[in-house]
Amino acid sequence: MNSSKKEFISEAEELLGEAEEHLLELQESAETGANPDTVNALFRSIHTLKGISGLFGLEGLKYLSHAIEEILDSLRLGNIEVSDDVIRFLFKNIDILRELLEKTEQGNDFDVTPYLEDIKVFGRKTSSRQKQESLSGVIDEAIISVLSNYEEQRLRANIKKKRAIFTINAVFSIEDFDKALAELTEKIKKQGELISILPTSENMPPDSIGFKLLFASDKNPDSLKSAIGIAPEQITGSKPEKATVRKPQPSLKSISTTVRVDIEKLDGILNTIGELTLTKGAIKRIEHELAGIYGHSELVFDMHRASRSLERRLSELQQQVLEIRMVPIGQIFSRLAQIVKRYSQEIGKPVNLTVFGEETELDKFIAEEIVDPLMHIVRNAMDHGIESPEERKRRGKPERGTIRVKAFQRGNNVIVEIEDDGRGIDMEMIRRKAVEKGIITAGKEIDDTELTGFIFRAGFSTKEKVTEVAGRGVGMDVVKNRISSIGGFVDVRTEKDIYTRFSLTIPITLAIIKSLLIRVGINTFALPLSSISETLIVDRDALQSIEGKKVYNLRGELLPVMPVSDFFEIGSQTRESGHHESRYIVVSGYEERRVGLLVDELIGGQEIVIKSLGGYFEGLKGVAGVTEINRHNVILVIDVETLTEEILLRHKGLVHV
Amino acid sequence: MKNILVVEDSESTRSMMRTIIEDLGEEYQVFEAGTGFEALKILPTEGFSLIITDINMPDINGIELINFVKTTPQYKDIPMIIVSTERSEEDKKRGLALGAEAYITKPFSPEDFQEKIRLVLSS
Repeated sequence: MNSSKKEFISEAEELLGEAEEHLLELQESAETGANPDTVNALFRSIHTLKGISGLFGLEGLKYLSHAIEEILDSLRLGNIEVSDDVIRFLFKNIDILRELLEKTEQGNDFDVTPYLEDIKVFGRKTSSRQKQESLSGVIDEAIISVLSNYEEQRLRANIKKKRAIFTINAVFSIEDFDKALAELTEKIKKQGELISILPTSENMPPDSIGFKLLFASDKNPDSLKSAIGIAPEQITGSKPEKATVRKPQPSLKSISTTVRVDIEKLDGILNTIGELTLTKGAIKRIEHELAGIYGHSELVFDMHRASRSLERRLSELQQQVLEIRMVPIGQIFSRLAQIVKRYSQEIGKPVNLTVFGEETELDKFIAEEIVDPLMHIVRNAMDHGIESPEERKRRGKPERGTIRVKAFQRGNNVIVEIEDDGRGIDMEMIRRKAVEKGIITAGKEIDDTELTGFIFRAGFSTKEKVTEVAGRGVGMDVVKNRISSIGGFVDVRTEKDIYTRFSLTIPITLAIIKSLLIRVGINTFALPLSSISETLIVDRDALQSIEGKKVYNLRGELLPVMPVSDFFEIGSQTRESGHHESRYIVVSGYEERRVGLLVDELIGGQEIVIKSLGGYFEGLKGVAGVTEINRHNVILVIDVETLTEEILLRHKGLVHV
Repeated sequence: MKNILVVEDSESTRSMMRTIIEDLGEEYQVFEAGTGFEALKILPTEGFSLIITDINMPDINGIELINFVKTTPQYKDIPMIIVSTERSEEDKKRGLALGAEAYITKPFSPEDFQEKIRLVLSS
């Protein structure tokens, strides 16, 4: 098979995958009404498939996808309604397309006539419904013209369901309208579907703002008046008259402007940029040396200008490539949604998954790395966090559990939170287990934050034989390791019977990072700047040793400190009879995870490209990777997170951490 | 001084727009609104030279904001730029019909964005 055909197969598979995802979405939202965006996206996937099948002369695939596309077009325009039947039919046909695709892979084309016949019959059967009604004549043109496309679709859908459309006018002071409006919309939503809120200034007293709220409901005006407190005006009720429909123009532009690129090629470009960054460093060094020799001559000045320009362009180029690699995290969320849907049926616990911040972007590589940890956390939440419907009912919770997944950007990180409204983590059980395992002694005072931290330990499973197969804690160490391998960390908060929330803090991109170069003995290391909060010159009086462990008085608080040389068991500077002469402290982390690393020298900041140690050295403790600095000098990049753990462990009980 | 109101629910997009606008020069001052409601609250507090609005937002959407601005006597002369996506073609048309002066389609380059702002402000 030639390579372009291979590419066709992989793209076609991707399109079918997308189509299936959209179908799943449609199925989920069947009760609340289909989202027109989803229907449109589904239509486009199949439309694109038709297009590329035609390009490759695969007549069978082309005709079949064309027939399906027609069904989807009717769906999009509202001539066919989304129903279980339609969804099942579409799932079946996507399966058929996939089967045909497999045959194509083996090199056969085939006769699709019987399938086409089926689709035609189905189309005739279902689309005998009425045409989409025009809204003009039913709803005031002035209102329609200020609705967004989506709102208009919702309006249409409600009219189709024979619900009456109402408006309510309300006037509030400009100062605090949002609170009053929120109360009002809350009341309206209990009576039906709120379609649109239109602000208006017409005939308003100064410092006031008016709103026209458009909503649909099947209740009568009198009961609405008593429920909402304001008398609504009914603007429909009689059957809408038929007229021609304004047909939305489908945009197919994306087909011709998008290029699909293998992520490895982008990796290649980034690598080259990395090398160029090193060259840039060399040029800057030469520039300095030239300035030293020739002073500020014309030539040196030219050199300076050229290197400045190189620097700027290089960082632009780097930024552009990083942007190409960015994907919205929503891609992962939709995979999570599928898992939740399937798994919740499997284990018989109804669960709602709500997601926020799908548009948050992060590097494709990192996105792929966090999929498994996210799945793990979500499955864990469904297994152990969310109670059975019966138990939830007893506790006065809604029978459906809720898992909220939220992503947002903070500085150079993306925070992903996964929160379930289940029973929370049982602190007593963890305490018992920790005592059992000999991690803590019985009766010892330990706060909950530290206790929850135990679930990330390898083999720390709080198994309760009678009621559960496995407790929360199984495999959580794996989650933590995966996240920390990409330079992130995991935090967990919980409250008994209320919630458990995991927060993953993940760097947006891996590629090129700013670092601080430090020296310990004869070794140079790089520390990622993102994990450093400050650096200090050691004040001898403030550095103390307690039971052989060092603590530092940092503005009145005790900071646990460890020489980096201790961790790597390498020599530090030895001047006075083997005593450490480390002169600087690098402070990392915050609050209870704030620690200090003792180093001999701070060399300076540098942009580095982290490369994995690979093969034999993979997983070396405390090392995040290697990097090349000036003049072919290869140094280790310290995994600050692991060192932090080690310090906290060594200082346990000594300092209140 | 040119006061510009940016109405956009994505915080990152908003701050990106702020940076691009501020690069135009010191006389440009950016005010941010994360929702249509916030925009309604900020409007009376400053004299604005330009409003840039997204379409899809959680409370009231850009179309409704445009309608509000363009039908309110004290605001109707403030020029407006719609920030739309390829998928909101229909919405863009409605916004223009309601009186918005220009639109820019996401994704856009900083230069295009600045050019659009200059153009709208100079006409």
